[in-house]
Amino acid sequence: MTISDSVSVQSPDVLLQVRGLRKTYEVRNDPIEAIRRLTFDIHAGDLVCIVGPSGAGKTTLLRSLAGLLTPSGGSAKLDGEEIVEPPKGMAVVFQEYARSLFPWLTIAQNVALPLKAQGVDRATRAEKTAKALEAVGLADVAKRYPWQLSGGMQQRVALARAVAYEPRILLMDEPFAAVDAQTRADLEDLVRNLWHRLGLTVLFVTHDIDESIYLGQRVLVLSNRPTEILDDIAINLPDERDQLTTRNEPEFARLRAEVYERVQQAKAGRRPGDAA
Amino acid sequence: MSATELVRTARMKRDSGIGKQVRKVLAVVALPIVLIVTWWFSSAGSQNFFFPPLEQIVTAFQPTWFTGAIETEVLPSVWRLLGGYLVAGVIGIGLGALLGSSPVLRAFTEPALEFLRAIPPTVMIPILILFLGIGAEMRVVVIAIGALWPILLNTIEGVRAIDEVLRDTARVYRLTPMMRFSTLILRGASPQIVTGARQGLSVAIILMVISEMFAAQDGIGFTIIRFQKSYAMPEMWSGILLLGVLGIVLSLIFKLFESISLKWYFGLRQSQRGGN
Ligand SMILES: Nc1ncnc2c1ncn2[C@@H]1O[C@H](COP(=O)(O)OP(=O)(O)O)[C@@H](O)[C@H]1O
Ligand SMILES: [Mg+2]
Repeated sequence: MTISDSVSVQSPDVLLQVRGLRKTYEVRNDPIEAIRRLTFDIHAGDLVCIVGPSGAGKTTLLRSLAGLLTPSGGSAKLDGEEIVEPPKGMAVVFQEYARSLFPWLTIAQNVALPLKAQGVDRATRAEKTAKALEAVGLADVAKRYPWQLSGGMQQRVALARAVAYEPRILLMDEPFAAVDAQTRADLEDLVRNLWHRLGLTVLFVTHDIDESIYLGQRVLVLSNRPTEILDDIAINLPDERDQLTTRNEPEFARLRAEVYERVQQAKAGRRPGDAA
Repeated sequence: MSATELVRTARMKRDSGIGKQVRKVLAVVALPIVLIVTWWFSSAGSQNFFFPPLEQIVTAFQPTWFTGAIETEVLPSVWRLLGGYLVAGVIGIGLGALLGSSPVLRAFTEPALEFLRAIPPTVMIPILILFLGIGAEMRVVVIAIGALWPILLNTIEGVRAIDEVLRDTARVYRLTPMMRFSTLILRGASPQIVTGARQGLSVAIILMVISEMFAAQDGIGFTIIRFQKSYAMPEMWSGILLLGVLGIVLSLIFKLFESISLKWYFGLRQSQRGGN
């Protein structure tokens, strides 16, 4: 499925609109084309996963969408507004989540910091922070420091900070790549749970196919570098997902095979224009 | 609470045990006590005019310093020291934050800084006397110039070394410029700033004394030189002893400040050594 670049009218509930986005890193003598051309829409309330091989340009895409990186061409708009700097109402959970926590601030202070920057008063800040930490199951470590927590707990703090911010869109960059399998399963359920309860819009980047299917309503499959969208797959699994039953459903197996094949083709260097 | 965490907490408890504290204090004071005792007995009965017995020096201490000299000589020295040190701190940290944040500015100012840094602050004294006279201002400025360099250069390094992910986090969550300065830059560079401030303090003490050896009317350095010129050896030695004590007191105050402001840093380093 492709969306023509010329289409610029957007349907009313499109939150994030990406059109012909390109990024080439200008390294001396040797420009690295990371993103060739990306076009897609994210609707308000969606949970979309982006899956692609390592080095495909997933982080590059996310940093461009977050306004941390200037794209070489094309456009990305949040709610109709061109993203040129980190926009209001966007939260990001970085791949290097442990390094994204301020080691000199307590867990509660870390979570409250973005709220403070928005001018939220102290009482409201404390209330929202407590609620967010409660939601990720970390109410009892509010006064600790990040370096006193395990990796999985640090990841949940980064998530709590994003959630407390009440973003309109949450970007997550391979957030669970570095935690153990059990913690990872818990965190996946936590993301689904928060998305449901808070009505978030989530763009979740991963290189893990199972994770992308388990989490997403929709999976965008990226080719390897320079990246393009290979496929846009709707995930028609029941909304109530469960680590055991969902992963054992025939539909899950079918989707996994489909995405897996796409990613294998991506690794082999297949481009979107090629015949299947 | 995970097992590793419990182990870590237990380790912290053991480290702060009474026995450990006593051993630590002993390790710190053992050598000074040995040196003082050695000095006391080896100099006892000394006939050398220039090296009087320690007993005589200690006896001279009280009448030399505690009969008004504290107010007329010591305090003026200390105020100039603190004044110059404060000026160096404000300029060094402020300018360091600016230069550390901007590669362009850094490239632009680097040659000039290298040149200025190479000039020993003491050779500035004759020039400063021309502009500022021989009053307190000249001495404060000499102290400030000398203490500035370690603080400035360490701050620049510290700001440069702040984690990129943390910078991105600050941008994504739209911290205000004021918060960015206080919470990201200042705290992030604080380990290096403290290192620079410690070096700056030693330089400041040296320059406090030296600046008082030029055309001074008061101060510890001035008084020591006065005793030396009038061959009042025990009094001169008592002045040197006083400088040593002043240095120890200042460094203890500094250590206290350091242990409070860098508590997170020592904790972070310990947790990294302990593994996660
Ligand atoms: N700052 C940079 N300068 C030059 N090349 C970069 C930079 N960041 C990433 N790249 C290159 O761009 C490609 C995509 O990287 P990245 O977006 O991190 O991929 P992914 O997140 O999918 O693993 C890689 O080949 C990487 O080496
Ligand atoms: Mg990446």
